[in-house]
Amino acid sequence: MELSKAVNSSTTIKKEKKYSPLRELLKNWKKQKNALWASLFILLLITVAIIGPFIAPYDPYKPDYNAMLQGPGIDHIAGTDEYGRDIFSRLLFGARISLTVSFLSVFLGAIGGTILGLLSGYFGGWLDRLIMRSSDVMFAFPDILLAIAIVAILGPGLTNVVIAVSIFSIPSFARLVRSSTLEAKETVFVEAAKSMGASHFRIMFQHILPETLGSLIVFISMRIGTAILAASSLSFLGLGASPETPDWGAMLSLGRDYLGTSTHVVMMPGIAIFLTVLAFNIVGDGLRDVLDPKTKNE
Amino acid sequence: MSKTLLKVTGLKKSFSIPAGMFEKKKLLKAVHDVSFMIPEGKTFSLVGESGCGKSTTGRLISRLIEPGDGEIWLDGEEISQKKEAQLKGMRKKVQMIFQDPYASLNPRMKVRDIVAEPLTIHTNLSRAERYKQVSEILEVVGLSDYHANRYAHEFSGGQRQRIGIARALIMKPKLIIADEPVSALDVSIQAQILNLLKELQAEFDLTYLFISHDLSVVEHISDHIGVMYLGTIVESGPKEVIFSNPQHPYTKALLSSIPIPDPKLRRERIILQGDLPSPVNPPAGCRFHTRCPVAMDICKGTEPPVKPGETAGHFVSCHLVE
Ligand SMILES: Nc1ncnc2c1ncn2[C@@H]1O[C@H](COP(=O)(O)OP(=O)(O)OP(=O)(O)O)[C@@H](O)[C@H]1O
Ligand code: SF4
Ligand SMILES: [Mg+2]
Repeated sequence: MELSKAVNSSTTIKKEKKYSPLRELLKNWKKQKNALWASLFILLLITVAIIGPFIAPYDPYKPDYNAMLQGPGIDHIAGTDEYGRDIFSRLLFGARISLTVSFLSVFLGAIGGTILGLLSGYFGGWLDRLIMRSSDVMFAFPDILLAIAIVAILGPGLTNVVIAVSIFSIPSFARLVRSSTLEAKETVFVEAAKSMGASHFRIMFQHILPETLGSLIVFISMRIGTAILAASSLSFLGLGASPETPDWGAMLSLGRDYLGTSTHVVMMPGIAIFLTVLAFNIVGDGLRDVLDPKTKNE
Repeated sequence: MSKTLLKVTGLKKSFSIPAGMFEKKKLLKAVHDVSFMIPEGKTFSLVGESGCGKSTTGRLISRLIEPGDGEIWLDGEEISQKKEAQLKGMRKKVQMIFQDPYASLNPRMKVRDIVAEPLTIHTNLSRAERYKQVSEILEVVGLSDYHANRYAHEFSGGQRQRIGIARALIMKPKLIIADEPVSALDVSIQAQILNLLKELQAEFDLTYLFISHDLSVVEHISDHIGVMYLGTIVESGPKEVIFSNPQHPYTKALLSSIPIPDPKLRRERIILQGDLPSPVNPPAGCRFHTRCPVAMDICKGTEPPVKPGETAGHFVSCHLVE
């Protein structure tokens, strides 16, 4: 087998086509049909988050008491809410809030969890036990309960939602990175780096972290879906965005009272949340197939 | 006689291994009382079956695993008990070459960064200066600067091992520990790499600790050979003596298994009986007595002392040797 590997690699050299990890990734990505669509949807969503406020047909905050609780129609394509505010415009604004909150909280949680997981897996011993026991304690709470507890302590508001969601993301990132670290630290190239006198810092960040990156990226995209759900739930419960904010969760919460009569008030933000979470999960699955094939069957 | 670069005395290392729930923790005696020395510019080879403790010896000397007992003198300095922070000098003087050229090179780094890594760690050279040295050293090992911008998996096994050698050379080390550097390679490539190592030794005045399970591989490159069995060196001496006048029954058995091209010279093949005993419970007395074709009663109870042979530098541990 080694011989055939050697033959293959020497032929790639002969072809004179330069290998690039990015090109390889893009090539494999195009094969993932669902993930391709989902990622286009996310791209659209990101665009909306950026330019949404400029293309929104109405002011999302401005009540219009002549147009309360209208169903979807020509004037208001997604209808209006109890104050006559244009739901479509509010959804566009809400995309920015949802994406910012979820990206930020997952990103912060990923950084915190990655550092803890690296330290835990690399050094082992009492540090490992401390970090892992603390995350076990956090795992004992259902995700959302933990976030609620944190917001209850910090007080409501979007900033605190970000903090809460990032804190509840930390343990799962720490576990993930720890297990890849345990594997990576046994590799011969890590032993080689040690024999050269590389510092712990260098070994962790130059040699071990890149090994964890594949599964980390997959997990990040999955967690964004979870974070959107968590943030929306907090807002729905009145612990996140204040009610007048065009946050998807807050919009859901307001629409509760009209479920029987004006279903669209709840449906519209509900669909937005559903599609977004779904898209991130599909992208996560696709990324897993491309970047991290060995965890596929877990 | 030239200066001694590496001197190892009484080196020991045990690993504690997990035992059953109600048992006492077991100790696996991987290296047991190993002593040898290497003069500057020479090659000492450690040879023995898989599991006899060769790699552990190499890792102890390169301070990759926690030290056990014994002394390690490198270039006049005792390094076995030093803390990592005090080993900076030693890390520059000693470099390693590994068996598996696929696993020992980081797959996510470009060749030039892999080869430059010792410089990155130990010097303040600018990136441009480092890369300049990389292209020089790549030429030396038979690659070219043109290869520097690629990833390791684009190369064949032999080329990768050259990359590994370039990395080991770039700090201009004194001692290179090569742990089975050719056993993962095709036979046709093995000779090329061995020749390269030999040429580099002359050019850079390198000292080698060469580890192999195969006596035929070390014949060409060695000055001295130490034959290991179950954690101990049972016979050591100049290459010529080991090959033409071996005294220890285990050395004779190893030699007899090397195929000889000339059928008239055919040696009688000595096939060892039984399995390699576990290093957790090594046999009492002579560790080889369970498999030795000429074992005597005394061998079961008394460990044979190390005795000098007829030639200078030749040592044997066997009750048969007077
Ligand atoms: N970290 C470790 N923990 C426990 N046991 C170990 C460890 N490293 C090596 N051993 C054991 O020590 C003994 C000697 O191993 P070592 O790797 O030194 O042998 P070797 O001569 O290099 O063999 P090989 O030819 O297979 O590489 C073996 O029984 C091995 O299982
Ligand atoms: S001491 Fe005895 S058992 Fe050991 S090698 Fe010599 S003859 Fe064989
Ligand atoms: Mg070995």
